[in-house]
Amino acid sequence: MSFLADNFPLLRDAFLTTLALTVVSGLLALVLGTVLVAMRVSPVVALRGLATFYVETFRNTPLTVVFFFLAFGIVQIDLQFPSRFITAVAALSLYTAAFVCEALRSGINAVPPGQAEAARALGLDFRQSLTTVVLPQAFRTVVPPLGNVWIALAKNTSIAAGFAVTDLTATLQRLANANADQLVLVFAAVVVGYLIITLPSAWGIRVLERRLAVLR
Amino acid sequence: MTSPTTTDPLVRLTGVNKWFGDLHVLQDVDLTIDRGEVVVVIGPSGSGKSTLCRTINRLESIEQGEITIDGTPLPAEGKELAALRSDVGMVFQSFNLFAHKTILENVTLGPIKVRKQSKAAAEKRARELLDRVGVGHQADKVPAQLSGGQQQRVAIARALAMDPKVMLFDEPTSALDPEMINEVLEVMVGLAADGMTMVVVTHEMGFARRAANRVVFMDGGRIVESSDPETFFTAPTSDRAKDFLSKILNH
Repeated sequence: MSFLADNFPLLRDAFLTTLALTVVSGLLALVLGTVLVAMRVSPVVALRGLATFYVETFRNTPLTVVFFFLAFGIVQIDLQFPSRFITAVAALSLYTAAFVCEALRSGINAVPPGQAEAARALGLDFRQSLTTVVLPQAFRTVVPPLGNVWIALAKNTSIAAGFAVTDLTATLQRLANANADQLVLVFAAVVVGYLIITLPSAWGIRVLERRLAVLR
Repeated sequence: MTSPTTTDPLVRLTGVNKWFGDLHVLQDVDLTIDRGEVVVVIGPSGSGKSTLCRTINRLESIEQGEITIDGTPLPAEGKELAALRSDVGMVFQSFNLFAHKTILENVTLGPIKVRKQSKAAAEKRARELLDRVGVGHQADKVPAQLSGGQQQRVAIARALAMDPKVMLFDEPTSALDPEMINEVLEVMVGLAADGMTMVVVTHEMGFARRAANRVVFMDGGRIVESSDPETFFTAPTSDRAKDFLSKILNH
């Protein structure tokens, strides 16, 4: 156990890095995904096309490739993110936004069309009916699938380890290499780190689901 | 009032044609509705009467013809269309109350978002309207907690909150249990008596006799007959209307 105590600062910092990657990327992905879905259901053909192109590009590209492109690819055109952490956040949120968009779109499709018709009949414009009537109901029905996206994101942050971000997975590699005799303990510590993020999330998702449910 | 002359018809449909794919659902429809007039549209299902009702606030677009409201042609889209819709109240067959909002919020949403009224003013007016339709004590519930008849009365209050120039009713009682139909019809009869301009698509012949100034009978996408209710029910001129009435009035 003294092994864990000795390496606690290292593990703690790694945990906080993973947590920060998840939370920051998650929030950015939620915002970007909402903008994307608004474009995907908008009456403007060009916006729909652009959003569809975005979603299909990022949904069908391996996350590692997205990381690779943002870490090294854009250097070719003289661009670079200020830090490795920000590179990782950019890759994770750009990638996850595509999945958020699709989850939200399924939610929008689940809102009865009469709801938007009633909003339009009152004189609300497209943006108003989307933001006050359709999206609030769509968000409520997509809490479970958004929860899945969130948990997948928490685990996807581990790819950042391959791009020089010292998250939990990077620390797993480092501690395991240096302490072959403590392998099980290292694994356990790292897995617990991920569980601390994902298990309360699953619980929180269930609570949200119950509280936000729309009676029909 | 911004209208040029108050004697112009409030709603005018001229040569309206609409297709759903190959189906010609509205065929050369001409219809004018005067201020304060209550027009009941009846006809067999598939005759185009709901579609006609929905074209008046452009929930359905038309391929040919022109629709004007208070002298203004219906804009195709955008802010102008939204502004025009805010003057046209609509009550749907399936109520379509906003499921995630309370009864009070359902009624105040339009006045706050579209008319830019203050929350306090909108709520005061909403409570008056909810009292008027008899569901004032339900203001803080959500729609699913109310009966169909109550929901439909809220939907009427929601439309009235916008002070519309004309109210469209698209089969407002067709989704209701029989014992709830009258409570909704009573509200509508009251509105008609107060001088509201109304277009009502319905199967309720009792309402047509009681409240309508004019009955429009549609079949196969055309207006077949248009006359006062007494004439229509006692002396219909077209065979199609005679046939329709014989089928529904026998029981």
